[in-house]
Amino acid sequence: MKNLFGSSRRRTGATLVARESLQRLSEQPEARPSAPASRRRFGAFILLHLQAFVATLGQLSRTPIATLMTAAVIGIALALPAGLYAVLSPIQAHSTQWHDERQMSVFLKPGISDAQASSLAGRLRTLPGVSQVKLISRSQGLEEMRKQSGFAEALAMLDENPLPALLVVYPTPSPAGTSPAQAVTELLTTLRALPEADAVQFDMQWLQRLEAILRVVERGVTLLAGLLALGVLLIVSNTLRLAILNRREEIEIIKLIGATDAFIRRPFLYLGLGYGLLGGVIAWVLVTLALGLLRGPIEQLARLYSSDFQLIHLSLTGSLVLVSLGGALGLFGALLAVHRHLAAIEPT
Amino acid sequence: MIHFHQVSKRYPGGYEALNRLDFELQRGEMAFLTGHSGAGKSTVLKLITLLERASSGQIIVNGQNLSALGNRRIPYLRRSIGMVFQSHRLLNDHTVFDNVALPLVIAGLGAAEIGRRVRAALDKVGLLNKEKLYPLVLSGGEQQRVGIARAVVNKPPLLLADEPTGNLDPELSREIMKLFQQFNQFGVTVLIASHDVSLIESLSQRMLTLKNGRLTSDSKAHEESLRQQ
Repeated sequence: MKNLFGSSRRRTGATLVARESLQRLSEQPEARPSAPASRRRFGAFILLHLQAFVATLGQLSRTPIATLMTAAVIGIALALPAGLYAVLSPIQAHSTQWHDERQMSVFLKPGISDAQASSLAGRLRTLPGVSQVKLISRSQGLEEMRKQSGFAEALAMLDENPLPALLVVYPTPSPAGTSPAQAVTELLTTLRALPEADAVQFDMQWLQRLEAILRVVERGVTLLAGLLALGVLLIVSNTLRLAILNRREEIEIIKLIGATDAFIRRPFLYLGLGYGLLGGVIAWVLVTLALGLLRGPIEQLARLYSSDFQLIHLSLTGSLVLVSLGGALGLFGALLAVHRHLAAIEPT
Repeated sequence: MIHFHQVSKRYPGGYEALNRLDFELQRGEMAFLTGHSGAGKSTVLKLITLLERASSGQIIVNGQNLSALGNRRIPYLRRSIGMVFQSHRLLNDHTVFDNVALPLVIAGLGAAEIGRRVRAALDKVGLLNKEKLYPLVLSGGEQQRVGIARAVVNKPPLLLADEPTGNLDPELSREIMKLFQQFNQFGVTVLIASHDVSLIESLSQRMLTLKNGRLTSDSKAHEESLRQQ
């Protein structure tokens, strides 16, 4: 280096300088013989990727508004299905939980006293297919109702307790996911035949309906997610098509001086990846904000159903999946664009 | 270095740019390719760099038979050929340094190595003090010298130029041609397409003249035949 600059200061004539520097150029070793060829090639490979990566960052940051707009479109497209999944999955988790908590409510006739109810409960415990029986006496029922449902004032106006005693019968759990087994149906018949029983309620149907609805909604969200993923692909692909056409001249020139297709492709693939990842991050921010806004009302709703409905949020895994899905879609969209448009650019 | 044997190039539509062209350029030789526009000068250069493929005939460049060279190998062929264009073909949104560094970046060289070689190449064309400038603020002659620095920075054994002085005044043209002669003196094979016959004749180099896709005269062959007489 010193030699290079040193000699350039004492230039005496253009020809002499050119001659000197040419000599210096030809003196330079072609390649350092110490490093093995494969390692050198690997080093060059890493270097080329780093260069492309840094160049992409530079390119994205030079046009921040345009970059953000493209990424925001991708982000919104990803946020919609991601948000729906975030809301759906805890409901689904709960519905399976409710499955295990299914219970038969045996409302006793009004004339039955608490003592009679208690002995009936004892008898029911011995029945086959029953795992537990809980007695809610008339006074207990009244108390609970007063506490929970805000009927306190209305109840206070009544002279006597209008509620019947209630026996909650828990059947022995059948294997998860199966419909009420034969045993449960038989138990139901037995309970309905009891002379003390006024009505027997088995809350299975609504749960099955809820699950059916959830399955429909889930299928719908999957379809929507598929469509929006296709949309993201097209957005990235089109953005990159423009990027490629904008740099047509540059691509022609570097093809002329011996750039491989991989070298030309690389920055565009990084660009697609960058848009996708940024879109994924924006989607994450949008979903997190939306869930934050929904949290209050959902908690209220859950409290009304006296449920311990857990707060919905994007888990760490979910967040990672969302962002990497964005990146993958961006990369794939870029591959599509590069495949279609780079080959068409040939220098003349 | 370059060997054309019975090379023809027909374009779709029937236009025949080259018609059974034969010529040879030895390693370390320097020659001018001349003729009217449309005579086939640019086509010869395009065939050597595989921007186009010959319709028939055989071309051997640097020991490689081009008709047997697959498309995937083309980049590596081009890396062994320095190319200079009439329109310079520089990247105007990159500095002079970055433009000259491009072939080295493509080859995956390290930053230190790139810096050393780029400065040596810029020094050679006398633009060492302009490495941070952008091409558009340079004069036409300077831009062309940047193009030349880029063509020689990775030390190719073969240097091609297509009308390198097309946009320059006679004084600058002569300087550029002298630069090419200097590279030739250091062993680089040089082939320059130019229609500037008066300039070429004053340089007393080998001259290949094309007309309608055929070689009509070769000053070297002419000299040899004179010598034989």
